[in-house]
Amino acid sequence: MLLEVRGLNSHYGRIHALKSVDLSVGEGELVALVGANGAGKTTLLRTLSGVQPATGGTIRFEGVDITGMPAHRRVAEGILQVPEGRQLFGPQSVEDNLRLGAYRRGGDPDADLERMYALFPVLKDKRRQPAGTLSGGQQQMVAIARALMARPRLLLLDEPSMGLAPLLVGEIFNAVQSLKRRGTTIFLVEQNAYAALAIADRGYVLETGEITLHDAGSALLANERVKQAYLGL
Amino acid sequence: MFAEFLQYLLSGITIGAIYALAGLGFSIIYNASHVINFAQGEFIMIGGMSAATLTAAGVPLPLAMLFGLAAAMLGGVLIAKFTIERARNASVVTLIIITIGASIFLRGLAEVVWGKEFHRLAAFSGDDPIAVMGAAVLPQSLWVLGVALVLIAATGFFFNRTLAGKAMLATSHNRLAAQLVGINVRGVVLVAFALSAALGAVGGAVVAPITFSYTEMGIMLGLKGFTAAVLGGLGNGAGAVVGGLLVGIAEALGAGYISSAYKDAIAFVIILLVLMFLPNGLFGKRGTERV
Ligand SMILES: Nc1ncnc2c1ncn2[C@@H]1O[C@H](COP(=O)(O)OP(=O)(O)O)[C@@H](O)[C@H]1O
Ligand SMILES: [Mg+2]
Repeated sequence: MLLEVRGLNSHYGRIHALKSVDLSVGEGELVALVGANGAGKTTLLRTLSGVQPATGGTIRFEGVDITGMPAHRRVAEGILQVPEGRQLFGPQSVEDNLRLGAYRRGGDPDADLERMYALFPVLKDKRRQPAGTLSGGQQQMVAIARALMARPRLLLLDEPSMGLAPLLVGEIFNAVQSLKRRGTTIFLVEQNAYAALAIADRGYVLETGEITLHDAGSALLANERVKQAYLGL
Repeated sequence: MFAEFLQYLLSGITIGAIYALAGLGFSIIYNASHVINFAQGEFIMIGGMSAATLTAAGVPLPLAMLFGLAAAMLGGVLIAKFTIERARNASVVTLIIITIGASIFLRGLAEVVWGKEFHRLAAFSGDDPIAVMGAAVLPQSLWVLGVALVLIAATGFFFNRTLAGKAMLATSHNRLAAQLVGINVRGVVLVAFALSAALGAVGGAVVAPITFSYTEMGIMLGLKGFTAAVLGGLGNGAGAVVGGLLVGIAEALGAGYISSAYKDAIAFVIILLVLMFLPNGLFGKRGTERV
């Protein structure tokens, strides 16, 4: 397994946000994590990327224990989080945002820039604009492209469809699927459980900090409890 | 009449260039850490004192300046490492008070090493004034302006054209995102302190032949650099440069036409006016892509 999480805990002061979470992501897999608002999905991703400390348990990446590794070194190892709410460098240009995505990798990122503009053509026209002036959907594209500039071995996506118009949601999910087809390993967090599970190989359900269900994506879509709680069926 | 005005203007621009360097130092550290570093003036003092005392002891000027530069940068990194970083969870106000403590410590240390006297540093290219349209310019003023110009241009180039500089700016715009692209945000704070110390130390060495050097020279220079940064919009590097020149010119004109007794008061009047009527400074807070 590329990523193996065992008994992971995390706290905000006295709030116990992650309670002994076990999960794994294999090379080339698209794994979805669904759960209600406040379940701890973002906390889990932040703990994986290292911007939030774990208070117990282990995170192994390619077999190596990275539980105590600082965030910037995890990026160098290939773990890239696309945070909730885009978090762009607003006053800096779209192109600077993308180039900063390749900050850890070094080398010449020009070829990768062209790949990003091929994936999201609208960004090429906007490349000199401050990233903060783009529309929500375009900002999400910048956020994803910025992470891809690092050539991630594991891409952590936090609610990429949040706040987007339905048409754009489709576009973002198409981009996620095409990344998967090209072999990128993806851990996808979504409140839009139906769309996420439909494209996922496997899925986990997180409830108040605990993993309560784990199965193939299609099996979770057919699961009665999931249908009731997350699919509104 | 005009010659007199020009004379005041030139001396204002000269000292203003040093305020500009100090203001730039305030902005760089503010952007990286949101801390207002009140030890900025002490970096200037270390640069000036090292140059004056080491050349007096027979060390060639470039070497003496290099030593001052290294000492100030070391001081800056130590402040960042052992105080700001240790107290990372403290409030910004606490961190600012820590920098005030650090400035007092640096002054005390300098007094132990160098004593309380004034030290003179010979002008780099003699003391024969150059006549400019009826005003007299000291060659050292040209040194100050030239060196400041080079440092300001290099700083601008670093932040707007290099990936490392853009990464530092990015950290000031969004610290979380900076961590997520792999920027070592703690390292950024250290680099910011080192860079600001370097700007201050070189400024202190070139201005020393004009102002004399003493261990308390950094107090006023630092406060005026702070005024420059606030006037230009805290965190806005280009604003700090313009602010520095404006403070220097206002001070020189005030001293010339009103009374030199009010020279230092002018910066404080400016800071009060800015805080009351222009809290974001002339050019806004961190609004642009500039430093
Ligand atoms: N910065 C924070 N400080 C304190 N509590 C937090 C913080 N962020 C999240 N929490 C709490 O942790 C829990 C999980 O939050 P989060 O991971 O954001 O959930 P999700 O992403 O699934 O909506 C919630 O109860 C939330 O209130
Ligand atoms: Mg969330």
